[in-house]
Amino acid sequence: MKVTINAEKCQGHGRCFSIAPNLFDCDDLGNGFVIGDGTLSADTIEVARLCQANCPEHAIDIEE
Amino acid sequence: MSTSEKPPVLDFATDWDHTDPQWVSDPYPIWEDLRQRCPVAHTERYGGGWFPATHELVSQVANDTENFTSRMPIVVNGRLGDDAPPAPIGVVPPISSDPPFHHIARRLILPAFAPKPINALEPQIRALCEKLLDDMEGMDVVNAGHGFAQFIPPAVISHMLGFPEEDGDQFREFVHIVLEGIDEMDQEKREIAFQPVADYFEKQINDHVENPRDDLTSYLLNVEIFEGQKLSVEHVFGTMLLILIAGIDTTWSAITSSIWHLATHPADLARLVNEPELMPVAIEEFLRFYAPVTMARLVKEDFDFNGCPMKKDDWLLLGFPAANRDPEVFDRADEFIIDRAENRHLAFGLGIHRCAGSNLARLELRVAIETFIKRFPTFTLDDPSVVTWSQGQVRGARNLPIRVR
Repeated sequence: MKVTINAEKCQGHGRCFSIAPNLFDCDDLGNGFVIGDGTLSADTIEVARLCQANCPEHAIDIEE
Repeated sequence: MSTSEKPPVLDFATDWDHTDPQWVSDPYPIWEDLRQRCPVAHTERYGGGWFPATHELVSQVANDTENFTSRMPIVVNGRLGDDAPPAPIGVVPPISSDPPFHHIARRLILPAFAPKPINALEPQIRALCEKLLDDMEGMDVVNAGHGFAQFIPPAVISHMLGFPEEDGDQFREFVHIVLEGIDEMDQEKREIAFQPVADYFEKQINDHVENPRDDLTSYLLNVEIFEGQKLSVEHVFGTMLLILIAGIDTTWSAITSSIWHLATHPADLARLVNEPELMPVAIEEFLRFYAPVTMARLVKEDFDFNGCPMKKDDWLLLGFPAANRDPEVFDRADEFIIDRAENRHLAFGLGIHRCAGSNLARLELRVAIETFIKRFPTFTLDDPSVVTWSQGQVRGARNLPIRVR
């Protein structure tokens, strides 16, 4: 399973990297990006879904 | 005409007015009613306007820069009309800008408000809050509005712009007139209020030109919008003005609404004091439940919006606080749930105009609440009848006497 951020949709609300700083970080403009290749483990899937559920722009996708 | 002279609203669906006393004191039942009956309310006031009350329609408008312009983000009685500054820059870029210029103007300021530089301000904001709380030493009743929250954002904004921190307070009256003086049709009065700010900015700009330093004013004066081309003085001035207007009443309001909530909900206060790890989710719930900011758009050309015949230059009041109470999106939307984990709120707007200062606002709100409840672990409203709320597009408590012992 992989998590990605759609850069076209992200507006830099900062919810993802606040909730899961181990999965997401932000660039100089404050827009979010995925750390590494976004592969999710059993330990991180739940928090990734939580980030997805909090993104106001629906910019986070999780590939099953 | 002042608010008190306006005819009272009998039906918000056909005659809404966001300065009506009922809307100012408790807008939430009005919005719930509109969601069920309309969901887009209309008014002839302010030259004609619309108010969508659902999360879905607010989102549609926020993402529709084809049919709506951001040229005038605050509802007033007049329109800029022929006096409008050249599109698409607007008076206060980039909040008043439309694409494609908006993107360029916004990219210039985002780095200054990104998490890293903003988080570096935390020790200073904390020290400021502690000092304000120290000044309350020995008092049984403190004013969380006029004695605490109202001083925090002006000092922080002044610091960022490179002004002496204590100068921040002189902007409060001006910001109040811009945001709440909606019925001041008298342009002269606005200009009189604006003149000292204009003079002050001019003095600061000149000083920063001569003595560049590491602050936002010097940054704006020196940044290149295109290769080899600096910003026009009007653009620098407009963005400084925006930072002032957008950064003061808004955050101050978020802080007072949150303290008002804790003063009236002792169980939530006790939980936050005993479980400080809840703070991040609690902050988001404060922002959802008491979202202070409503924005506005103007309709660009006549068009049909979900069955509403919108006319060119009609207002569109963009009610992010109403969207945040929509039960279609939020479970138990009308309840404040301090540990709400899923919270896709729109307190900072949506789409290309997402509040550029959201990282700063969150930081100030968190530090203000943390320091306040640490100093006063139990408190209540001293006298609910004297609490006042701002009117217009920024909602928060103003006079907020809190009994702390």
